[in-house]
Amino acid sequence: MWKGDYLFLLQNLIVKDFKIRYRNMSLGVFWSLLNPLVMMAALTFVFTAVFPNNQIENFPIFVLCGLVPFNFFTVAWQNGTISVANNAGLIKRVPVPREIVPIATVLSTCVHLGIQIGLLLVLVVVFGRGVNWNWLWLPVVWGLEILFVCGLTLMTSALDVYIRDVRYVVESACTLLFWMVPVFYAIHSVPQSYANLYQFNPLAALILALRTILIDGDAPTATLLLKLTFSSTLVFALGLIVFHRLKRQFFDYL
Amino acid sequence: MKVIELQNVNKTFHRSGGQKLLRHYLEDILGKSDPERFFALKDVSFSVQDAESIAVIGANGAGKSTLLSLVTGLVPPSTGTVTVSGRAAALLDLGSGFHPDLTGRENIILNASLLGFSRKQAYGLYDSIVEFSELDDFIKEPLRTYSNGMMLRLAFSVAVNLDPEILIIDEVLAVGDQKFQAKCTEKIFQIRNQGKTILCVSHVSPTLRELCDRALWLDHGQLVMDGPIREVIEAYEGRVTRQA
Repeated sequence: MWKGDYLFLLQNLIVKDFKIRYRNMSLGVFWSLLNPLVMMAALTFVFTAVFPNNQIENFPIFVLCGLVPFNFFTVAWQNGTISVANNAGLIKRVPVPREIVPIATVLSTCVHLGIQIGLLLVLVVVFGRGVNWNWLWLPVVWGLEILFVCGLTLMTSALDVYIRDVRYVVESACTLLFWMVPVFYAIHSVPQSYANLYQFNPLAALILALRTILIDGDAPTATLLLKLTFSSTLVFALGLIVFHRLKRQFFDYL
Repeated sequence: MKVIELQNVNKTFHRSGGQKLLRHYLEDILGKSDPERFFALKDVSFSVQDAESIAVIGANGAGKSTLLSLVTGLVPPSTGTVTVSGRAAALLDLGSGFHPDLTGRENIILNASLLGFSRKQAYGLYDSIVEFSELDDFIKEPLRTYSNGMMLRLAFSVAVNLDPEILIIDEVLAVGDQKFQAKCTEKIFQIRNQGKTILCVSHVSPTLRELCDRALWLDHGQLVMDGPIREVIEAYEGRVTRQA
């Protein structure tokens, strides 16, 4: 069996993904900044000029707090889901631990997530409330989010090997999710009975936590953190179990 | 010491090539279809001692590549056990870990990490890999600019220079031009003489006879003969000519 240096391999796979994504682009990493800025501008136009909204102050930053996690989530999940089937050559020829393929794909998305978080923080400092001590919660909530995406990706990437339609299910789920998480609306606008449910969705919970930290300058509430921790850990554990059970047959199905 | 041991190994595959659609799963659940399976390997047992070099021969589709996949741990047996001790480097499909947009240098490091090497080992062996491949001038160019022969040379250089404990070779002795081929053959002999274990799947050739002392003959997934290479090849060729 494969007994190697996991960290070195993981690092190499992440660097590889990152390099091949940007190497042939003239604008390179700039694309990571452009995409959320364009979306931010479009949504701000719609919800301040077309449907004026008086409840939300500083709408551009409000919506960016939703867009950055949403973008990360959908890109990481979709790329991760197809990663095992797309790396069939590797899986069938090199006895590397299979889990590392989807996890490396998710983590390589974190590289441009870092750039987008940087953009968000700069805008908060310039146009928003500035830095406060509650920023120390940011690594915690982001860490939980990454754990959640890794778990989800482990599940769907393994299933995608057996049933290739899974990638389209994931794609549709992501489109739907744009409306079902509070990216461009506030959680107070959601009826109370649904709002509690939102917090169990780690993506929605992360967006709420980001707004509490960056816009209100408060610490995220304990219930929200507990729910986020609970669902992220659960999904990650489930992902590992599902992947472990399904990986034995990968060779036959790829 | 036994480095590789297979005990009563069976390996079956789906006839459909594994790929199933949703309706096939439903049919399975409803018990409508009888999944057609075939034996790629049937009750195969053998063991390999330290420092032995073994050839696996047989017609196309006899189960040779399946056998190598089992030994490298790529696929679990359907029944039976496979035990391998030591790190195996497989020259199965040269360059399977390579990416065309990465440079030769980046590919070497990536491949080393895929084969299980640490950062220190990978960078330590880097120079000898480049020197062996004779691709010094192109090493900073992306792999897609390489010719097919150059790419194979690079892949071969990575695999043999990473100091494998067990070298698994699958019909890849024909790499590059004649001069480089001679160099590869020499390198493989050198690895053998260092007391490493070699498992080689190849067409019968003078090199194979010289390289290996023992041979396994597979036919339709079954181990027909296991013995000194000269005797096995004789029997194998006798059978092949009789059939023709």
